[in-house]
Amino acid sequence: MSTSAPDFFLKNLLLFGRLLRLMGLDVGVSDMLELAEALTRIDLARKPDVYHTARAVLVRRHEDYPLFDQAWQAFWRKPSNQRLQRLELQPDPRLVPKPLRVPNAPRGEGDGEGGRKPQDEIVAHQQSFSANELLRRKDFGVFTWEEVQEAKRLMAQMRWRIGERHLRRRKPVADGRYIDLRRTARANLRYGGELLTLAWKRRKTKPRPLVILCDISGSMEQYARMLLHFVHTISSGFDFDRVEAFVFSTRLTRITRQLAHRDVDDAMDAVEAAVQDWGGGTRIGEALHGFNFQWARRVLGRGAVVMVISDGWDRGEPQALAREMERLQKSCHRLIWLNPLIGSEGYQPLTQGLVAALPYVDDFLSVRNLDSLEALGQALSALSDRRPARRQQPFRAPPPPAPAPDDEHTVAVRRAQEREAVARRLKGLVGT
Amino acid sequence: MNSIDDVMQALQAQNYIAERGLAMAIYLSLALKKPLFLEGEAGVGKTEIAKTLCAILDTDLIRLQCYEGLDVNTAVYEWNYTRQMLQIRLLEAQGAASGEALREIFAPEFLIKRPLLQAIEGSRDKAPVLLIDELDRADEEFEAFLLELLSDWQITVPEIGTLKATHPPVVVLTSNRTREIHDALKRRCIYYWIDYPSLDKELRIVRARVPAAEERLARQIVAFVQELRRVELYKVPGVAETIDWAAALTALSARDLSADTVDDTLGVILKYQDDVQKVQGALVRELVAKAAAVP
Repeated sequence: MSTSAPDFFLKNLLLFGRLLRLMGLDVGVSDMLELAEALTRIDLARKPDVYHTARAVLVRRHEDYPLFDQAWQAFWRKPSNQRLQRLELQPDPRLVPKPLRVPNAPRGEGDGEGGRKPQDEIVAHQQSFSANELLRRKDFGVFTWEEVQEAKRLMAQMRWRIGERHLRRRKPVADGRYIDLRRTARANLRYGGELLTLAWKRRKTKPRPLVILCDISGSMEQYARMLLHFVHTISSGFDFDRVEAFVFSTRLTRITRQLAHRDVDDAMDAVEAAVQDWGGGTRIGEALHGFNFQWARRVLGRGAVVMVISDGWDRGEPQALAREMERLQKSCHRLIWLNPLIGSEGYQPLTQGLVAALPYVDDFLSVRNLDSLEALGQALSALSDRRPARRQQPFRAPPPPAPAPDDEHTVAVRRAQEREAVARRLKGLVGT
Repeated sequence: MNSIDDVMQALQAQNYIAERGLAMAIYLSLALKKPLFLEGEAGVGKTEIAKTLCAILDTDLIRLQCYEGLDVNTAVYEWNYTRQMLQIRLLEAQGAASGEALREIFAPEFLIKRPLLQAIEGSRDKAPVLLIDELDRADEEFEAFLLELLSDWQITVPEIGTLKATHPPVVVLTSNRTREIHDALKRRCIYYWIDYPSLDKELRIVRARVPAAEERLARQIVAFVQELRRVELYKVPGVAETIDWAAALTALSARDLSADTVDDTLGVILKYQDDVQKVQGALVRELVAKAAAVP
């Protein structure tokens, strides 16, 4: 092989392409050909021009600009021969087979909920009908490990659908609301333009996108895992246009990508790794603020339904929460608040956070047990195409709570409420 | 245009101030005959590029504004059914044979040409500029259709046949990025992300666009807007807003930026009530002071 200048340049160019590929950019052979052609149109002596050309041809996302710059610096500033040679020895990432996925090893007994125990599958299936009935009404907060496994199985059987929205596109149907002029004209030409038959069309429909914001702060700890399983079940269902999921306690973390793992335990591991503030304090207002600023415009298009899952124990500023809730409600099709405490005995949504947020909530529903999840599923699939009439009234009382057995959990909740009431009174006395 | 410097000069002559990267993208898109894909926040001058190109190339601008549900009938062509029906009656009255009538009513004069068909029309002697604006608003089905069109520049009308462009249009696609555009489409394009301009560049833009604005006022306006972009807002003002504001303040014959004039005209640059409330008053005074201090 000769070492004339163009050859050398071309070789370097191809190596540069390989470097970009190694860095994760999607650069194909056709892109390199394209670049080679583009470079014949410019003055190669001008380095910035070569840079701009390569970037305009090879990069297709604004987020990838910094990566490209890094590669460029590393490669063209001081292309030491050693480095180039090493790059040449690297296998092309597209040619390396991905490692086969090995399923997680089953975890030990003491691992708490969430782990996998193969023999339990059998146990679970043997559970009697009446046991299932009890399980369905049992509070998530007091589930045992075995019950979590069984609940996961039941959840996986639930079908989730969401109300459809009408598109502006229309499709031909046998009977519809609009006359399809194009097809009518076609069909009647054979009668010499006499209008003997009419062709109809109707507006197409599509499921709405769903956005889930789930509270994982300390007060939600006992529910969070179960609820994330629920979020995963929904995300992996295919009856949605798109599902975006976020978790928050002191800050907001997007977990849509982590939930894309098909296996629920893999997904949970990924979420756990991504979230830095598990069980922290709650600042719902700030979390929503972050969502409204950074994400709302990108994920709330196309008439999205938003679900906030939280018990409403908020340590932030109530005014801030109300403001963000108002904005959130204005920018989505329907705002649903799911609260695991609804339905426990004597529960009243009187925390500062909820009082501030509730005026802007379209539906205030329970996610306390499997039964309530099923009810939620029905509510979602019954969503109408119309925007709900938005109320200006300050506060809507929830339906009277159903009598529930006096278990450990309700006692714990009542204690927590009492504590909060005392704290409020104290705060009033001391003054802030 | 034979070099990137030509493009730079031509843009300058049209009062469009662009950095070299953008000029390069435009040059490559013209040289390689590939669509230019522009992304960036609203109001940074994406649409303006198409208009400027049009002036530079001295040709027609065909604009397709995208929206959800945009379909082939509104983007490409539609038959004029009412006229067709009338024509059939007319021919009937004249006693024409039905075969003849059929041929007649699918003649080009009954065809309503929508933007995409106009763009590839054979009767042109020059390639037009085709602007497909805010592609992110259209749905995926339309994107898939574009893919086909952008690669071979032909459209098939069943009754007439395949129409192929003799002068493929110069295409500019824009997106505000409210959703991600599919890679397959971007792959066929030259891509460029337009950022908010630097202070110097924005000042040059304002001077070029609102020549009536006094030098000192223009400088203060730009400094103010640049500072304002650092504040956390729902909608950060774009260059288009800066230009509008400069024009508005000039029309009000303001000579200096004062807290009062800013408060009165905030609506020109801020489009959310929450943003206006946040900035009004103390923050405006602070920013005005900062802007006045810029040399």
